[in-house]
Amino acid sequence: MAVFPSTAAAEAEGRIRRPRTKAGPGGATRGPNSRTQKAAYLFIAPIGLGFLLFYIWPMFQTFGYSFTSFGPFGGNSWIGGDNYARVLQDVTVWRAVGNTLLYGAIGLVTLPLSIAVAALLNRRGLRGVSVYRALYFIPFVTLPVAVGLVWNWLYNGNFGLLNEVLSWFGMSRHYWVSDPSSALWAIGLVSVWQSIGYYLIIFIAGIKGIPQDYYEAAELDGAGPVRRFFTITLPLLSPSIFFAAIICVINSLQMFDLIYVMMAPTNPALGSTQSVVSLFYQWAFQQNNQGAAAALAFVLMLLTASLTYLQFRLQKRWVHYA
Amino acid sequence: MRDRLRRVDGGSVATHVILSLGALVMVFPFLWQLLTALKTLGEAVHVPTTFLPEKWNWSSFEEVFTALPYGKMLGNSVINTVGRTVGQLVFCSLAAYAFARMRFRGKNVLFALFLSVLLVPSSLLVLPQYDIIQRLGLLNSAPALFLPGMFSAFGTFMLRQFFLSLPRELEEAARIDGAGPFRIFWSIMLPLIRPALAALAVITAMWSWNDLLWPLVVNTDPAKMPISAGLTSLEGQFETNYPVMMAGSLIASLPMILLYLFLQRHFVQGIAQSGTKG
Repeated sequence: MAVFPSTAAAEAEGRIRRPRTKAGPGGATRGPNSRTQKAAYLFIAPIGLGFLLFYIWPMFQTFGYSFTSFGPFGGNSWIGGDNYARVLQDVTVWRAVGNTLLYGAIGLVTLPLSIAVAALLNRRGLRGVSVYRALYFIPFVTLPVAVGLVWNWLYNGNFGLLNEVLSWFGMSRHYWVSDPSSALWAIGLVSVWQSIGYYLIIFIAGIKGIPQDYYEAAELDGAGPVRRFFTITLPLLSPSIFFAAIICVINSLQMFDLIYVMMAPTNPALGSTQSVVSLFYQWAFQQNNQGAAAALAFVLMLLTASLTYLQFRLQKRWVHYA
Repeated sequence: MRDRLRRVDGGSVATHVILSLGALVMVFPFLWQLLTALKTLGEAVHVPTTFLPEKWNWSSFEEVFTALPYGKMLGNSVINTVGRTVGQLVFCSLAAYAFARMRFRGKNVLFALFLSVLLVPSSLLVLPQYDIIQRLGLLNSAPALFLPGMFSAFGTFMLRQFFLSLPRELEEAARIDGAGPFRIFWSIMLPLIRPALAALAVITAMWSWNDLLWPLVVNTDPAKMPISAGLTSLEGQFETNYPVMMAGSLIASLPMILLYLFLQRHFVQGIAQSGTKG
């Protein structure tokens, strides 16, 4: 659940606000007084300790693990960069990285779908907007494990409804989640289905932020709804789209739940659907290979960071800040 | 004029048709889940498929509860959800207020440290977190489920943003009246950000209820599992008994769907807050 662009925005806001408060009543030079200072530390202490114990210390520990070999009986030894060498040489890792990137690419399909629905919902005088919004959002709040099971049942090769419906059109039976050529797409589609509602809410909020005058002016000039969508809505929505694209890629890189539920350990398509996080889970908790798993986690972080960086670099080409 | 009205109407009909088809795609899997849960196994796997169950058969729902400690698992999920949500509300709001409104030495360094927590993917933390829980002797316990999740950088930043937007005069007035920092926080500032607290609460509740990887790692005893992990063991046990799996998944996801339907406004607020800066 990484949401840092919003906090970057918060930061920016904070930076704008701070000078204003300093210049406020009380004088610019007043230093922190000791009573509020003590209170501030007390306010921060509980979460600070929690972070230290469960987040900051583990970060360093994982780094240490990634240079360690874990013996079966607790004998750990320093092995230098061997884990990283193993990660880089292992074919399954590269397959998992490739699968994960493909999940990310499939995930991006969600954005145009959500934008289209948001634009339709924005139609003036449309009734039932809140009902539609509620219905589209339900898959997002639903337990992913349950979602995976339901879709596995729909996809089922022998008794699934999907094959049944396709057979009406003369298509032959297909084993969607156990055929390596379709399994990843089947899972990716579920993830698209599940997250449409989430991006829908982001885009509805974004569209609400566009001043109504623009539309009225364009209408006076004779621009039709399609034209208005492409010349007003889409460009002015680009900051929201940018944010959504970042969240989408980060979330896709974290794919785990659906894969875990939809792919039984005996499924022949397992290798062609495994994400980096699934592989991490397998190494760390099923094969007791914590050292290599830790190294893999760093590879994932590097992948996430570089994709996010790339997106930030590319945003100048297409994001318009009003 | 009449012509124009008619055209607008035609457009809105088309809009409704498209949106309804989309809504059907979003909702149909849930309908199918319910219908399958009400069928007997024989009917569920019957080809050609029947749409409605011949006879409404509720036995799959009972079977879920006898095959696994499903009631206990639901209870564990509630404990996990409440633990994380209450923890985040308390810890995040305290820290958020300090970062938004108090001046103290080392604020920027601490803030940067908090920021770093936000940027790290959870897979980087799971292994040592597991070790810590193990060393504390808490594996297969309720606190194991919610302990790390009680502390959230996301929640802190979200609430901090709200505190920043409040006018300063209120605090100044209270300070002049002699109220201490905690008093100001608790009885003046906290009530003012109630909408933000509600939004954070429902979003946290949703993530906690739906979380899978962490519970899978720390609580392997079925009696200590939350429902998300419990449902995966149901899957292992009833691999081909589709009505039972559909019944189980329906029971497991219903609480969060109902919470959403009742508290929609706060969910939307929470998502929009985490989404755009507005």
